[in-house]
Amino acid sequence: MIEFVSPTLDYALLAPILIVLGGAVLGVLIEAFAPRKSRASSQLFITLATLVLSLVSLIRVRDRSSSAAAMESVTFDGAGMLIQGSILIISIISVFLLADQENFTALAAALPGSDEERASLQQDLRVTEIYPLTLFAVAGMMLFPVATDLITLFVALEVLSLPLYLLAGLSRRRRLMSQEAALKYFLLGAFASAFFLMGIAYLYGYSSSVTFAGIHSAVIGGSGNDIYLLLGIAFISVGLLFKVGAVPFHAWSPDVYQGAPTAVTALMAAATKVAAFGAMLRIFYVSFAEAYWQWRPAIIAIALITMVFGSLVAIAQRDVKRMLAYSSIAHAGFLLSGVVALSKSGLESSIFYLFAYGIATVGAFGVVTLVRDSAGEVTDLNRWSGLGKRSPWVATAFAGFLLAFAGIPLTSGFIGKFSIFSAAYESGSTAILITGVLSSAIAAFFYIRVIVLMFFKDPVEDGTSVVIPSIYTQITITVSAVATFALGIYPTPLINFIQSSAAFLR
Amino acid sequence: MATNNGLVYLIALPLFGALALLLLGRKADKWGHLLATAMSAGSFAVGLIQLSQMLDREAELRPVTQKLFTWISVGSFNVDASLLLDQLSICFVLLITGVGTLIHIYSISYMSHDKDRRRFFAYLNLFIAAMLLLVLGDSYLNLYVGWEGVGLASYLLIGFWNQKPAYATASKKAFVMNRIGDMGLSFAIMIAFATLGTVSFSGVKEHSHHASEAAMTAIGVMLLVAAVGKSAQFPLQAWLGDAMAGPTPVSALIHAATMVTAGVYLIVRSNFVFDAAPTAQLLVVIVGAITLLFGAIIGMAKDDIKKALAASTMSQIGYMILASGLGPAGYAFAIMHLLTHGFFKAGMFLGAGSVMHGMNDEVNMRKYGGLRKFMPITFVTFGLGYLAIIGVPPFAGFYSKDMIIETALNAGGAKGIILGSVTLLGAAITAFYMTRVMILTFTSPKRWDDNQHPHESPALMWIPMVILSIGSVISGYLLYRGKAFKHWLEPLFEEHGEHTELLPPIVVSGLALTMVAIGVAIAVIKYQLSEIDNVAPEKVSIFTRIARRDLLQDDVNEALFMRPGQAITSALVKIDDSVVDGAVRGVGKMALGSGSALRETQTGFVRSYAVLILIGAAALIAAIWVVTT
Repeated sequence: MIEFVSPTLDYALLAPILIVLGGAVLGVLIEAFAPRKSRASSQLFITLATLVLSLVSLIRVRDRSSSAAAMESVTFDGAGMLIQGSILIISIISVFLLADQENFTALAAALPGSDEERASLQQDLRVTEIYPLTLFAVAGMMLFPVATDLITLFVALEVLSLPLYLLAGLSRRRRLMSQEAALKYFLLGAFASAFFLMGIAYLYGYSSSVTFAGIHSAVIGGSGNDIYLLLGIAFISVGLLFKVGAVPFHAWSPDVYQGAPTAVTALMAAATKVAAFGAMLRIFYVSFAEAYWQWRPAIIAIALITMVFGSLVAIAQRDVKRMLAYSSIAHAGFLLSGVVALSKSGLESSIFYLFAYGIATVGAFGVVTLVRDSAGEVTDLNRWSGLGKRSPWVATAFAGFLLAFAGIPLTSGFIGKFSIFSAAYESGSTAILITGVLSSAIAAFFYIRVIVLMFFKDPVEDGTSVVIPSIYTQITITVSAVATFALGIYPTPLINFIQSSAAFLR
Repeated sequence: MATNNGLVYLIALPLFGALALLLLGRKADKWGHLLATAMSAGSFAVGLIQLSQMLDREAELRPVTQKLFTWISVGSFNVDASLLLDQLSICFVLLITGVGTLIHIYSISYMSHDKDRRRFFAYLNLFIAAMLLLVLGDSYLNLYVGWEGVGLASYLLIGFWNQKPAYATASKKAFVMNRIGDMGLSFAIMIAFATLGTVSFSGVKEHSHHASEAAMTAIGVMLLVAAVGKSAQFPLQAWLGDAMAGPTPVSALIHAATMVTAGVYLIVRSNFVFDAAPTAQLLVVIVGAITLLFGAIIGMAKDDIKKALAASTMSQIGYMILASGLGPAGYAFAIMHLLTHGFFKAGMFLGAGSVMHGMNDEVNMRKYGGLRKFMPITFVTFGLGYLAIIGVPPFAGFYSKDMIIETALNAGGAKGIILGSVTLLGAAITAFYMTRVMILTFTSPKRWDDNQHPHESPALMWIPMVILSIGSVISGYLLYRGKAFKHWLEPLFEEHGEHTELLPPIVVSGLALTMVAIGVAIAVIKYQLSEIDNVAPEKVSIFTRIARRDLLQDDVNEALFMRPGQAITSALVKIDDSVVDGAVRGVGKMALGSGSALRETQTGFVRSYAVLILIGAAALIAAIWVVTT
């Protein structure tokens, strides 16, 4: 009979996650008990306060590390701290986008086109459940990259995914499309989770352990059945590659990015990607590192295909959100080169890249929420022409984000690309370097085409306009733009900080 | 070396003036010229204070520096933005700010009818600041900033009246030809850094003793290219004549007294490079010798008073370059001639401006004549400058030019004899063409129409002319007396060896004066004692015609560089259009095509996405399987 041992928990190290979960629960209580009128503002306040508090508690323990933060299930170390910090900062910036009520449906339960929906719109109702849902997702994201046993990893994956499935369906305009996206995301996510669970089972079969450390020692010992290891790595990879949107597990992302409310897309594209790559880096660097000769060629191949595919297809897009989705697929390919680098510099450059990319992504989607006509956001690229003449500031900010995506010097994207490709090259993956640079060139083509469209074409007169940004959206775009350029011009302090902290504790 | 925190004011004052005038715009129209003049005068005052402090110190303690900020710090490459004021740069500081201030004062009146006078003064102040940075920088890189700055100011001022297309073209020509020189300077800096690892004057000087001669020669030749471009020396001389399109005060300040002499400064400043590179030094002498004759010959044929003076400037700078190529013996005399030339040539240009002012901007000397009576002050001041340039004792040019001729003769062997003859011949030709200018303008019978009403210029214009003419009279003797100037600069150069003396100094002076007398006599016979046409005669020898065409300099440039350059450019444009752009467009089309094709995989159906994931998972397993087994 198995004896039940009461777990020892290091609350200081778990506090950042626990605070976010606590804030989420508080948000649920507010939904239940607070009067409808005051909900929106109090929810926004609680969400922001929770995230900031969590960030503060994270900063307080930034120098600590422990492989037994919650028995063997959670490891808190420098790399985990950096990734959690990135997630929190990106979430704080994107929460401001949630605050713009134009983004979300008034009543989620109302059927699209029904009388109920019209009535709810007339009453000026708002779904305020988005705030606790976001906090739950953020909590899952924060647990994902520090989880060091497969069960906790899976729980974190579900905690971060389920709220996102819901959030994706809450768009105010084009609700059918939004709900279709949510359903697609949910179905395919469940499918990928199944692969992930299968992978856990195989790995348990291989090593008789679900902890990363146990798997690691089994790989070193080499006593297990290699077929199980192989299947385990492959299936776990499918689950993770699905989350980061790598080809051929990417198909959901353009549809979901397009259908989901733009604020949610921003969170998904930025924070989820950071969390998923954080978890992927940890499991590959900690558990599978010694078996690298088995999985590395396959992951390199996926990285190459993803870069090229994302860049090529992005060219053919006519919709700005789909274009950003394919761009994010291409970036997943670039980020995979940090995984296969399997070195300290690979880890450092991946973390920098994730942070820089996440900030620019939130900013770019923030701009997308501003370009509207009477029927809501305008995402047709042709109608963005001449934007630079009508709203020079907004267009300039967007151009800045695009240049960062393209990796043009003096933006954060250049530093990120440069360091991640050099890390890949140092580890011997010349193919990644060449393909990466080439597909960056292809990618630059469509980013710059949008810039040309905005600044050098005449505006079309069709009622497209840029709404005057609310103070919230203004904060998001300004902070993102400033950070994007600051990290491009003077990245040294952040790079030094990452270099001094980034390490996985085994 | 001691630091002195006052140096920055030298540059800061005129820079402030330029920025204030440019930024305030029309608001500053009323008083802008006064501010600019005050800034220039203030800078001159700072320069005088620095000089008096410098005189109080021992010779080896005289140089002072000021570090402004760390400019570039990349790995082993460190450059501070620092200023260096030593015995050489103080001469330039006082020349630039002193003559500059006089020309500011002159311009207040000269430009009083121009509606853009404020902009003109802003550019003048910008020029002063840039030129001061050029001579105060303590490394080649700092110098380069000033070097480009004066090029910009010169471009802006030559084309100041750019509503006339010919003037705009002239400024462009000056700019482009200067670029060639600037490229030489940037190459010199790169070579210095690549081979010596430093670009500061003191650093290069330290390395010059043990660096390879090849490296030093390369640096020296590139510095010479730079000097040739900036100082309008052969073969990059063609821009100076056209630069006369700018307002006359600009010609006086930039294209006579200061900027065009920057090449001489560069060579003298880099004395340690040329001392270690005999080949480059020989090239310097050759360039100087060719240019001094080249300019003098052009000067004989010009009827445009400003172009005649420009040709003379070219020729006089040829003297300076030649002297600076003679090694330690010549450096001091090159600078001495530069300073005296600064006085008399600036004075004569202002005189020419004054004549034009009284003659409705007529520049053709054949339409002048007899102006002595109408412009007595201009006549006297111009005349004193004239006596100085042809080298009549005791005027300034006599001392400085005589020293150069003497040093050239003493260069030793055939070199000495050739250079001595060239400089003597140059002296004769100078005397001829300057006498011609004097006669045509002032002393010959009048040839102007009755609707011209020549008159003396206002006091604001003639006062600077008088001051400069006093300089033309006394500056030579003051610098020469007891070898004062040679001793002043001595600590900066490394003297080695004794010099042979081919001829005793008194004989050299006698020879030079004889040559001058011959030149003057020919001019007097040809112009004063015979009738002068008021249009240039058509039936002249082929030599005169060639000289009138600036010795074919533009034809050569056109045939050798411009036409082939245009041909290459248009060919490149075609290639770029069809091959490069074609390839780029092709790649773009291909990418777009494949992008559209791949896009078809995005059907929108969950089932097909799921199948894709399944296939992907299978492929992943297969891939790992293949690698593992």
